[in-house]
Amino acid sequence: MSAEVKENQAAQSGTERRLNMIEAINDALDIMLERDPDVIVMGEDVGYFGGVFRCTAGLQKKHGKTRVFDTPISECGIIGVAVGMGAYGLRPVPEIQFADYIYPGLDQLISEAARLRYRSATEYIAPMTVRSPFGGGIFGGQTHSQSPEAIFTHVSGLKTVIPSTPYDAKGLLISCIEDNDPVIFFEPKRIYNGPFSGYYDKPAEPWKRHPQSVVPEGYYKIPLGKARTVTEGDAMTVLTYGTMVHVVESVCREKGVEAEILDLRTLVPIDIEAIEASVERTGKCLIVHEATRTSGFGAELSALVTERCFYHLEAPVERVTGFDTPYPHSLEWAYFPGPVRIGEAIDKLLKD
Amino acid sequence: MADRPDADREAGANKPTLRLHVPEPKFRPGDTVDFSHIQVSEPGAQPRPDEACDARETAPLCHDLIRVLGDDNHAHGPWDPKLDPDTLRTMLGHFALVRAFDERMFRGQRQGKTSFYMKCTGEEATSVAAAMALASDDMVFPSYRQQGVLIVRGYDLVEMINQIYSNKGDKLKGRQLPIMYSSREHSFFSISGNLATQTPQAVGWAMASAMKGDSRIAATWVGEGSTAEGDFHSACTFATVYNAPVILNVINNQWAISSFSGFAGAERTTFAARALGYGLAGLRVDGNDALAVYASQRWAANRARANAGPTLIEYFTYRAEGHSTSDDPTGYRSAQEREEWPLGDPVMRLKNHLIALGEWDEERQEAMDREAAERVKAATKEAEKNGVLGHGMHQPFRTMFEDVFEELPWHLKEQAEQATRERLIKFHGGRPQ
Ligand SMILES: Cc1ncc(C[n+]2csc(CCOP(=O)(O)OP(=O)(O)O)c2C)c(N)n1
Ligand SMILES: [Mg+2]
Repeated sequence: MSAEVKENQAAQSGTERRLNMIEAINDALDIMLERDPDVIVMGEDVGYFGGVFRCTAGLQKKHGKTRVFDTPISECGIIGVAVGMGAYGLRPVPEIQFADYIYPGLDQLISEAARLRYRSATEYIAPMTVRSPFGGGIFGGQTHSQSPEAIFTHVSGLKTVIPSTPYDAKGLLISCIEDNDPVIFFEPKRIYNGPFSGYYDKPAEPWKRHPQSVVPEGYYKIPLGKARTVTEGDAMTVLTYGTMVHVVESVCREKGVEAEILDLRTLVPIDIEAIEASVERTGKCLIVHEATRTSGFGAELSALVTERCFYHLEAPVERVTGFDTPYPHSLEWAYFPGPVRIGEAIDKLLKD
Repeated sequence: MADRPDADREAGANKPTLRLHVPEPKFRPGDTVDFSHIQVSEPGAQPRPDEACDARETAPLCHDLIRVLGDDNHAHGPWDPKLDPDTLRTMLGHFALVRAFDERMFRGQRQGKTSFYMKCTGEEATSVAAAMALASDDMVFPSYRQQGVLIVRGYDLVEMINQIYSNKGDKLKGRQLPIMYSSREHSFFSISGNLATQTPQAVGWAMASAMKGDSRIAATWVGEGSTAEGDFHSACTFATVYNAPVILNVINNQWAISSFSGFAGAERTTFAARALGYGLAGLRVDGNDALAVYASQRWAANRARANAGPTLIEYFTYRAEGHSTSDDPTGYRSAQEREEWPLGDPVMRLKNHLIALGEWDEERQEAMDREAAERVKAATKEAEKNGVLGHGMHQPFRTMFEDVFEELPWHLKEQAEQATRERLIKFHGGRPQ
């Protein structure tokens, strides 16, 4: 039985269970700790306290201190020991408290974890899932807001996964943990507690009214490398992920634009088939991400679309992104690629 | 998957089973707190080696606890800095101001005037007394809990609050998270959110000062939890290799958000003892004893000034409040810890010392506290004229693009124009700036 079918059944039978993204992630970790004795969860404040965003709440109590534990404040150490644990045969799921703090761990991640399989010709692998909240929108200033995904997509040997709903977060995280390659799992912290329309001055929405907050109990997987069609439409294809999925959806709804929105979910390996099929049909492509523009993942997407769908394109590919500045504190909402920036790009594409 | 190749299994049959140790703090919420395991050494009993001594001579002091103020509220022993009553009253005044400031800013955050705040309650001596022991132009590389240094150096309260509110008076242009100050005028380095990065930077500044034959030294502060970062270990190595004129202050306030000091290695050794492996001089000091803090910082400063070497100082103290406004410590530690803390409160201890000297009384203390609260209140009112966070966007949008580089490249010019256009659309008719 596919997960989608199960989800529908659950919804119909009235036994549906609605979770926010934090609870869905917690559920995935709980299930994997239960199913696989080689899974361990560690990171700064993740043990007794359950994480500064509560994603690991209750897991230490349930699974024990040697499976779910706090670590020293050393991102280099956290990822380095995860490589060693992976070499032994465990499946570590380290948390980096904020994506902005992953940089001290980059050597271990980029030079070691990502290349271990290759350099040892499969003698050793580093099957780890590095979870980390990323993205802005919480007045976190420049060190609690960044979206550094493109640094990781540029590394051969790393997979990069970004969920945008509770349902996906759980299914994708389970796939990541079972994957034998190192994966970066970025959690869009702005939408931990509810989807986001892009209007920071409107009341926050809880997840419980969103269809994708129905999260079935138990084990299910969403395959890596597969995009999700958020809305179908002919006006244009929108390639996006994370928080921006919801912002784009609300802007399109508001403008009455029937766009085909693809939530990429996995950036590496990318679902090229879904992208090609959609762009070839719509002839227009908008790319939206919150990260800075220059050498952002949008540049890769734009190149792919141009290389592979050029003769189907009716207009140049458009990119909407964050600005090429550090994330400012007080001008957070001037920085954020919100409805105005997205709206302008949509208008431009429609005119062409 | 996690199993050994079969060949090994045989060989390992008689070897003992290994077990993973995961540190656990002594007390959790609801527990009765008994701190009798904490060694509280006799005030005045610790020797004070020559400031230019061989770093190895400080070994015993890395496991002891340098203390000056006794239960009798008098100063004892060779570490007594013998400060005159006026200096002590000045110190007490700084304490009062820091505490009043923390109180008000914390409340301001709760009232929605800003996004974030961090108090230093219980640890005031580790920045106030230390800063007083340095020269005012010694370069300071702080973490986020050294507001006391700025207060000692006379930084304008209104400027501090402007920064906290990210308002139009904020000279950091609303870019930084509240409390991430910077004041070159006060030889106070720009604070980073990324832990421990300041420690090798302090060493580098000190190396530069030595290269240029300058007379200024550098001092840095880092939390005990953050000493786990590689940056700190690089700092120690470079400091010792180049004999840099630098002081590495480790503020051991027992907690790093919800993680007790055991997760930074405190179950096995002291933070001061780290010095020994690197060849640095090391001191372990009662961080709630303002006189011991002053004396130890002065010892290390004199040592650095004399080209006699860098020092690592562990200030043993207690984070009396939550980590920040985003934290609720009742979820992970016993509320009794604060009451039971065996080294007391730094402000009370200094006050009682002055009273014991016959140089102070409760009435004057109350007046001092009242005056500090009034000063902070007035500064807050003044700063609020420049706005508070959330009441509109106080900076012109183009400022977002300035200072990324020295000069604005074409792509940032384009993006600045985009931002300005968006402002017009968002705030109908709003004046583009
Ligand atoms: C590189 C990095 N990793 C993690 C964090 C998140 N973080 C902020 S403060 C903190 C605890 C620091 O504790 P400690 O060093 O003891 O300083 P204290 O807060 O007690 O003053 C953590 C984990 C960070 N800011 N930077
Ligand atoms: Mg600490």
